[in-house]
Amino acid sequence: MNDQPLHDVIVIGSGPAGYTAAIYTARAQLNPLVFEGTAFGGALMTTTEVENYPGFRSGITGPELMDEMREQALRFGADLQMEDVESVSLEGPVKKVVTAGGETHLARSVILAMGAAPRYLGVPGEQELLGRGVSSCATCDGFFFKDQDIAVVGGGDSAMEEATFLTRFARSVTVVHRRDEFRASKIMLERARSNEKITFLTNTTPLAVEGDTTVTGLRVRNLLTGEESTLAVTGIFIAIGHDPRSELVRGAADLDPDGYVLVQGHTTATTLPGVFAAGDLVDRTYRQAITAAGSGCAAALDAERWLAEIHDSTPEMIGAQS
Amino acid sequence: MSTVTVSDDSFAETVLASATPVLVDFWATWCGPCRMVAPVLDEIARERAGVLTVAKVDVDANPGTARDFQVVSIPTLILFKNGQPVKRIVGAKGKAALLRELDGLL
Repeated sequence: MNDQPLHDVIVIGSGPAGYTAAIYTARAQLNPLVFEGTAFGGALMTTTEVENYPGFRSGITGPELMDEMREQALRFGADLQMEDVESVSLEGPVKKVVTAGGETHLARSVILAMGAAPRYLGVPGEQELLGRGVSSCATCDGFFFKDQDIAVVGGGDSAMEEATFLTRFARSVTVVHRRDEFRASKIMLERARSNEKITFLTNTTPLAVEGDTTVTGLRVRNLLTGEESTLAVTGIFIAIGHDPRSELVRGAADLDPDGYVLVQGHTTATTLPGVFAAGDLVDRTYRQAITAAGSGCAAALDAERWLAEIHDSTPEMIGAQS
Repeated sequence: MSTVTVSDDSFAETVLASATPVLVDFWATWCGPCRMVAPVLDEIARERAGVLTVAKVDVDANPGTARDFQVVSIPTLILFKNGQPVKRIVGAKGKAALLRELDGLL
């Protein structure tokens, strides 16, 4: 343990926030160690075209954008490790990060950018039929539903994007949404509404996924009339939002009631000195690739400043541990 | 050993007739999470060489095999022993998590 190098910064996570933090800290010669995790690339890996990331005038796919960011981080010498992090200990001047493989790594500062995980409905049949017709990744699984009738659950931009994308394969797509208003942006909603293959079932909530070995239907209830019915679909794509992946720091950093990591004011500083947080882990409002990248940059700059400050105040301690 | 590429035509011979357990990765180029799990499978193939063969089926070019095993989500990993599917894992998982599920069965 004593021979272990003490890194300036460890980044946990690898969406736009994690890779941007890696690019900035690498360029600042802080030699970041980055745990990309096996879900490297993050939420963008399951999107299709990203049309609103500035600098790509004709759009770029999510996985391509993440590839670019990853290569950019590598170019400046970031040490990218495709390992998952199992636990962390973030108090005190030396932070510990333990990987799923059981290795312990030490750092003066840590940037948390674990992102968010897709939320599920929590209705009977859903988990049993996951991968058997229930999916949270339209770009992965749409292909398997050629000329079939499918449902998309949700009312945000991802639901509209998925519904529109899935019409390339499916015979019909029914969007099931519990309200009659949509969170989705106007452009995405209009695109879905003008698609002949898409129908909308609003004020409707899913009750159960039906099927023995594969999905045969989605049981729903109309929230206005109370009437129950079954949609005959073979595929159900869940797009009802995401939950922050903050289990790793639960009990250590301060979280809000929904699990988002709390930061101080307009910074990325968490309640733990030397620990910064960025991206979907923090952001319950914007959740865009560009805002995640922006906050990853801010976290890198905050970490850099913090390292300079502790270096100025306690040079002997740092020297002793290097 | 590295991973082996399997097609609809070679599936029976390479996977079903194999004396060694075979972990089959159903994947496609357009699947982001498949890219995530690919390097993990490369590592497992190397580290478990002789004990486990890791085979890859591109579902785009080989829809028959995917259909036979009712694969409608990718990545899906199916472990075959003596020609029988004995374990099915859906979605990209980390190396430690995968080995936890597999090692008891090898």
